[in-house]
Amino acid sequence: MKGLLFDTEYCTGCFSCTVACKQEHDFDADTWGIKVIEQIYTYPNGHVQVDYVPWPTNLCTLCAQRISSGFDTRPACVKACQSAIIYYGEEEELIEKAKELKRPMLYFNNKKQ
Amino acid sequence: MSNAYDQVIKTTAWSPGPGCHGGCGVELYIKDGKVVRVEGDPDHPFSNGRVCSRLLACTQYFYHPERILHPMKRVGERGEGKWEQITWDEAFDTVETTWNRFKEESGPESVIFIQGTGRDIGGPISLLCYSYGSPNWTQLGLAGQSCYTPRLCSQMNKVGEFVVADCSQFFEKRYDDPRFEFPKYIVIWGQNPASGCPDAFFGHWVVDCMRKGGTKLIVIDPRANFFTSRADYWLQIRPGTDGALALCMTKLIIENDWYDHDFVEKWCYGFDELYEACKDYTLERTSEITDIPADIIYEATKAYATNHPCSIHWGLPLDQVPEATSVDDAVINLWCITGNLDVPGGNVIARNAWNVTQYPYSTAQLQELYGDDILERINSKRIGAARYKYLAHMRSWGQPDMAVQQMLDGNPYKIRSAWIQTSNLFGGQAANMRKHYKALMNMEFNVVVDTFLNPTSQAIGDLFLPAASFAEKESFRAWYQPLQLIRPAVTVGECKSDWEINLELARRFNPSLNDVYPTFKDYVNERIKGSGYTWDTLSKAGGWKFPDPETSPSSVPYRRYEKGYLRPDGKPGFRTPTGKVELYSTLNEEYEVHPVSFYVEPPESRVRTPELYEKYPLVMVSGRRSPVYFHSEHRNIPWCRVCDPDPVVEVHPEVMKQYGISDGEWVWVENDRGRIRRKVKMNPGIGKHMVSVPHGWWLPEKKGTGPEFYDAWDINCNILIPTDTQSESGYGGGAYKTTLVRLARITPADNMHPNDEDEWKDKR
Repeated sequence: MKGLLFDTEYCTGCFSCTVACKQEHDFDADTWGIKVIEQIYTYPNGHVQVDYVPWPTNLCTLCAQRISSGFDTRPACVKACQSAIIYYGEEEELIEKAKELKRPMLYFNNKKQ
Repeated sequence: MSNAYDQVIKTTAWSPGPGCHGGCGVELYIKDGKVVRVEGDPDHPFSNGRVCSRLLACTQYFYHPERILHPMKRVGERGEGKWEQITWDEAFDTVETTWNRFKEESGPESVIFIQGTGRDIGGPISLLCYSYGSPNWTQLGLAGQSCYTPRLCSQMNKVGEFVVADCSQFFEKRYDDPRFEFPKYIVIWGQNPASGCPDAFFGHWVVDCMRKGGTKLIVIDPRANFFTSRADYWLQIRPGTDGALALCMTKLIIENDWYDHDFVEKWCYGFDELYEACKDYTLERTSEITDIPADIIYEATKAYATNHPCSIHWGLPLDQVPEATSVDDAVINLWCITGNLDVPGGNVIARNAWNVTQYPYSTAQLQELYGDDILERINSKRIGAARYKYLAHMRSWGQPDMAVQQMLDGNPYKIRSAWIQTSNLFGGQAANMRKHYKALMNMEFNVVVDTFLNPTSQAIGDLFLPAASFAEKESFRAWYQPLQLIRPAVTVGECKSDWEINLELARRFNPSLNDVYPTFKDYVNERIKGSGYTWDTLSKAGGWKFPDPETSPSSVPYRRYEKGYLRPDGKPGFRTPTGKVELYSTLNEEYEVHPVSFYVEPPESRVRTPELYEKYPLVMVSGRRSPVYFHSEHRNIPWCRVCDPDPVVEVHPEVMKQYGISDGEWVWVENDRGRIRRKVKMNPGIGKHMVSVPHGWWLPEKKGTGPEFYDAWDINCNILIPTDTQSESGYGGGAYKTTLVRLARITPADNMHPNDEDEWKDKR
């Protein structure tokens, strides 16, 4: 089973994944294959933390056409990501890779497999 | 999107399009003569296949239904939005005839040449300006010319070189090059590099260093962001007080003996004077000035100074503090006395590849092109050159705050016409917009070169010339490294590149250009000849090249000052009068400004203007970047706009409580100069005595004709910002980050009449 792995520690909120996805699928502005969610929150000691979480929507196909056509071996978001923190691959590889990352987040969509 | 395409063109994305300063390598996929897809070029060493949202949305920019594709002339009154398509011939003839008349009647200095932030524009606009014969080239509206120019001048004065944080960008193999070393700490001083790539620096290189090299961060910023959240030390500074912090850090480094004795003894001039200048900035006093806890200043300074190597990556706020050139001096001192200058992972000297420049810099080159008296001509009438010796000697800008005044009052001579290229100044850089509106309305003939109609062209344009995007233009990029080409891939309408437009027009005033540069390619070949390449051979070689130590030793790091690569006489040392890094600047002394750094309070502040502070208790920090916009651009690009849809004001929750306002509510942000509407965004990561107000906002979806002009007068924060706060050097000090304001709830009866200063004064 193929999926995506993100190291959310280094997502800067640059929206490259979002717009790469819109271009890839020729989506309208209001249609999203991957969103970036900003989280600003305060620790008990008063420290303010700004984090970003890339969130593949239910419209994400893992760029099936981009890959099956032979255009690329990776989804568009993986290539564009400016922090290079998105990985694409088989479940086992991604779980192995996740062990090296700081704050990994795995994404699979069993409905679409 | 279909994957079908006819060909792929690899090129350099240098604006228009993404708009920015970057030099990213991109692949344009072409189908039936149109760009159908933009992808990163994985082989390009600047960006390694990565691309930003603005580049990825470029097909929406190139083929936007509202993009202007033909030259136009205004047929109604200014601001009525009545334009008529004309031919390029008519456009060029009109400019030639009108300007020849102005030259005859009032002298060539009566035409002012205005650009926005520096992209591929300095070359074409100076070519036209000097070919016509005017000395007045400026970023009109940008108070104090407060964007990179102060830092560039300061570096040239003190080090004789430009210097940048080293992220291996001068090596083709990047992080794998054995000469490179990762910095232990990067000090990010006043910038969010993830939200845009400043000044030929790919912002995410900092993330690369963190991930690949374990680089830690010290971040100086009044507002929380991705980097402050991952920093070992976050110095949440009071806006505008950076000078005091830099002086305190210098004192700590000297008194704790954390400085590099060897480097200071051999290569620095004026160490004792430097200590004298900083010794009063104790931790306690500096903490009081800056609002940063003393222990954090101490620990951060210690971490920076006692670990090697470390670099400082500085941002534009350092040009927008009071006495900016002096504050920039103070920051430069830090990387010098800690031995971080031109060492791996430190602050590396940034020479262009083979020292090729985009346009002539040296006196000899200028004289060859424009005549022997060019410097005399530039400086005898250049606005600000008589008042500011520093400005007269550094770069060739006219002083913008003085320029706008002169456009209004005609002293000491009349300005009659403005050429505006790559600048939407009512959307972007113009402080005190109303004053600039009046000044430009006072002109007899305004030409705007741009890609879209915007508040500036609609309000004051008489002639509109459509500019080509990077995908449509032939050019090159000689900004640091590598040396690279911009290759034309498509044509769109009748758009011409800034270079084509200006060269064509410049020929009409300076016919000798016909012999020197029969085509633009001849210009490129002439500029880049030091590399041993021509346009064609460089293109064949892949379109970009790094210099090698054999043909260009001065372009290749490190420690070039030891090897005699920097000075024209070939001796070791620096290109400064003393041959050393000048902690005490002899050039500053000659130009009659402080030779050693000093600090002053912002023009409006709780200390300097306590009564005003009582009335307006919030410091408005404008200019925080959005990754989907470049300054005033891209609000009309659907894929970008939807990611960051509203002009917001970011407010701390406690301040919101104080004002009784809620998240998402529209409020006034106001001071004595006017008021603007903004949507509240709650942000606990922002100081309690400030608000963050992103700049560059106008609403392309709204009515473009006057008096609204896309609501620019209703939402652009520059309404609130003064002019005439420039530093003693003439450069820096624009109050874009230190202006005092308050918030007010909007009542239904309120209706702001745009661009009427007097009405606002009555209301208040």
